[in-house]
Amino acid sequence: MGYLLEVKNLTKRFGGLVAVNNVSLGVNAGEVVGLLGDNGAGKSTLIKMISGVYKPDGGKIFFQGREVNIENPMDALSMGIETIYQDLALAENLNVYSNIFLGREKLKKILGLIKVLDHDYMMQESEKVLKRLDIQIPSLKNKIRMLSGGQRQAVAISRSIYWDAKFLIMDEPTAALGIAEQKKVLDLVNLLKSQGIGIIIISHQLHDVFSVADRLVIMRRGVKVAERITKETNPDEVVGLIVGAETVEQT
Amino acid sequence: MQSLPLNKRMLIFVGKYWALMFLILETILFSFLSHGFLTLRGIQIIFFFGTAIFLLGTAETFVIITGGIDLSVGFIMGFASIVSAKIIVALANSGVSPAWSISIGVVLTMLIGLIPGYINGLLVARLRVPPFIATFSMLAVTHGVSELLIQGVPAKNLPYLANAIGNGYFIYIIPGKVVSFFNKPTASFRGETLLEIIPNVVVFSFILIGIFGFILKRTKFGQHTYAIGGNVDAAIRAGINVKRHLTLIYVISSFFATSAGIIYMLKYVTGKADAGAGFLLDSIVAVVIGGASLYGGKGTVGGTILGCLILAVLETGLRIMGVSTFDKYIAVGVILIFAVLIDQFFPELIHKGD
Amino acid sequence: MILENSEISGRIDLQKKIEAVAKYWSLIFIALLMIIFSFTGKGFLSLSNFQNIVHLSTVFLLLAGAETFVIITGGIDLSIGFIMGFSSVFSAKIIQVMYSGGASEMVSIVVGSISGLILSLIPGIVNGILIAKYRVPPFIATLGMWGITNGITLKICQGFPISSLPPKLVEIGNSYLLYIMPHKAMSFFRIPPGVADENIRNLIRIFPSSLFFSITVLTILWHLLKNTKFGQHTYAIGGNMDAAIRAGINVKRHLIYIYTLSAFLSGLAGVFNVFQTGIGNFTPYNAMYELFAIAAVVIGGASLMGGKGSIIGSILGVLLLKILENGLQISGIEPFYRFIAVGIILIIAVIIDQLFPDLF
Ligand SMILES: Nc1ncnc2c1ncn2[C@@H]1O[C@H](COP(=O)(O)OP(=O)(O)OP(=O)(O)O)[C@@H](O)[C@H]1O
Ligand SMILES: [Mg+2]
Repeated sequence: MGYLLEVKNLTKRFGGLVAVNNVSLGVNAGEVVGLLGDNGAGKSTLIKMISGVYKPDGGKIFFQGREVNIENPMDALSMGIETIYQDLALAENLNVYSNIFLGREKLKKILGLIKVLDHDYMMQESEKVLKRLDIQIPSLKNKIRMLSGGQRQAVAISRSIYWDAKFLIMDEPTAALGIAEQKKVLDLVNLLKSQGIGIIIISHQLHDVFSVADRLVIMRRGVKVAERITKETNPDEVVGLIVGAETVEQT
Repeated sequence: MQSLPLNKRMLIFVGKYWALMFLILETILFSFLSHGFLTLRGIQIIFFFGTAIFLLGTAETFVIITGGIDLSVGFIMGFASIVSAKIIVALANSGVSPAWSISIGVVLTMLIGLIPGYINGLLVARLRVPPFIATFSMLAVTHGVSELLIQGVPAKNLPYLANAIGNGYFIYIIPGKVVSFFNKPTASFRGETLLEIIPNVVVFSFILIGIFGFILKRTKFGQHTYAIGGNVDAAIRAGINVKRHLTLIYVISSFFATSAGIIYMLKYVTGKADAGAGFLLDSIVAVVIGGASLYGGKGTVGGTILGCLILAVLETGLRIMGVSTFDKYIAVGVILIFAVLIDQFFPELIHKGD
Repeated sequence: MILENSEISGRIDLQKKIEAVAKYWSLIFIALLMIIFSFTGKGFLSLSNFQNIVHLSTVFLLLAGAETFVIITGGIDLSIGFIMGFSSVFSAKIIQVMYSGGASEMVSIVVGSISGLILSLIPGIVNGILIAKYRVPPFIATLGMWGITNGITLKICQGFPISSLPPKLVEIGNSYLLYIMPHKAMSFFRIPPGVADENIRNLIRIFPSSLFFSITVLTILWHLLKNTKFGQHTYAIGGNMDAAIRAGINVKRHLIYIYTLSAFLSGLAGVFNVFQTGIGNFTPYNAMYELFAIAAVVIGGASLMGGKGSIIGSILGVLLLKILENGLQISGIEPFYRFIAVGIILIIAVIIDQLFPDLF
């Protein structure tokens, strides 16, 4: 069977800088792939091409076996590709449930013809999804501005899970979290994986990645330098790959 | 909330409702200081002269919530007053009936008036020109085009009907005898006390403001407007078509400025390039008093109308008292800074629970 | 492979050329305007016209200088036009009162000018405190000050220019460094004695004092921005305020200085205006000096996001706008087109800036 998501030879340039250079990788349904690399290696740029934030300068993206053309974030979302960004991307001036439904607001009709926001529905649904993830937030009417880093992360995750994602991309989902919340997120990843969702997870915490990922893809300066089955490698080798071969030889 | 001590709750109350309280105090003050202020007529005058700032304020509300600014509204208003006057005069002169001339003129101007906004929107959304610069350029261009159209002479010779609409009232009542809409009761009642209620232009303005206030508050479009102002990246990644949305925002702004221009033409039966030049500052100030932040993401049409009323009451009050308008500038400047300071000092108080 | 390389290097060459054009586009644009106007406008290409252009640019050069500093910090100062009007009216009022009260011409001029300058600091300090200490957005703080200074100015002068000032003012303000009466006489700073009125048309005036004045001020500003710690910190604050704070820069104090400097330069423009016109002039409500100064600064390559901009660029921006205005006027084009042209050029400036963000 083919990959759920596959990218071939993706390339992205920013002016003179080649942020992602000819990168190919595939992810199966129910599989977690860890994407590793130093700061500036091009991880975020790579996933932003999949989620439609950037348009690739070259290469192809396949989803569910078919080549797809992802022009903008809506394209990706409507295919079921959800993304949790490193910089969260929540509207801080809006409340919790408005963020969960941002861009896909639930509407109701008043007077039989005018479509308005259905606040009650959005609030109830958000409550359900937060409960499912065992996340506590005092009031869903609170603006994001008033939440802690961990709570914001939780909102971002609930937001992507609510929409029946087929594929989930997580860019450093545990970076801002306390120990307990980190564990909760990782449990969540395992849960989603068991539901057949394909996942790419980016993290600098090797420990996290090793505990959830089935496969590891390592990038350096925009290039994919290695791919390993998690069980067949170890953190030392991966660190060597991340920082570069020369350094490995020296040690 | 309940557990907070009383003085803190008072503070929250003041922080949240200071604009409303200010308006009430101001109104009370003026009704003592000047004769005939707090009467049916006095209040209607405030609204009648306030139409331009109500409309431009609403325009600016939409733009400012997205984190932008529209400096061109004043001159788009002037441009629209001239274009509508020119079209109507041309039609009337070529034998079209006044009613048709005015209707056609108004509709055409509404359409033409969308163009500057569309260009603003393209510049801001597609070419990523900062709103300040894009709309300032549009200010200069509409100013130039307006002057070009009238060559220094205000448009004139509009049909009398324009005046009748612009200065007419929605309801006329002769107590105990007659109620009529839009038209004064027939001549047989001459000499009786005639109550004129709600100027037409105020009715028109508030229908538009009401519709768009509703859109901002209750619809997806409104929600997205706030989201863009709060975090553009989040909005883009949530799949909102930000470019199209921003373009629409500037078109809406232009639409309101055009409406203000047409109403100006009806009220003063003329078109002038600088018809709205003086309202730019006032409209931005009103929006800020109404609780919007120039950094975007905040603001409501209701708040803006409150801000507009504070300015309109101030202006009318000072005028009735015969105080020089110079003081108005000072007062507006002080109120503006005051508004922002309150917002700075009580942010958590004001925004708690809303 | 080789072919590919040369293709790339060819592309880089081209890119460099485009970048050079983009960087100096305002200069190139000025040159183009000059060529066009020298054909279309009679008398455009003459010493006296150019001196006229720079003389009339003085006020804008000062205002643009002020706005350059503010914009580099990521702020904006909308009050400069009315602070200028304020200092103009205030100093003229003092001069008028003293002069009519019997003080000598020179004494009243000096006292009036200095008090106008000193008083212009106040709105700047208030702006700075509001912005730096109370975190009022610059747009709002200076817009508020816009209203306040406008109102106070109008109250002082009751809506009329302040006149009956000593004639010496205009003499100084419109003097030239050098006057030559061909084959007859030559003198510095004042018209050679004994030139009959009917001959005055033949008098050659060289180098307006106003140019000398603006060159002096702008050189100081240029030095301040380019070569000093103060200038460096100004850029740092605009580039990244948090980084500047963490680097130990006293950002609050710095911002207060910036807005005070801006007000001072506007005050200087106001006082100069008295010398230039011989009256104390309030700023008309929709003269929009501040907007044109901002336009010039942006044309000169500054970004409203802060961190970018230069005095030289702003000077070019002012000259571009002024040459355009003068040229169109001399070519007999109706004034309305000037507004349109300004709007379009401003857009061009910003779009070029968007296309080549890292050039300036
Ligand atoms: N919008 C952009 N414009 C220009 N350059 C960019 C842009 N986004 C990323 N880059 C550059 O591309 C390179 C890759 O950045 P990217 O964010 O993909 O790295 P990363 O692997 O996610 O790093 P980190 O672990 O720090 O998040 C970096 O050199 C970065 O500076
Ligand atoms: Mg990253």
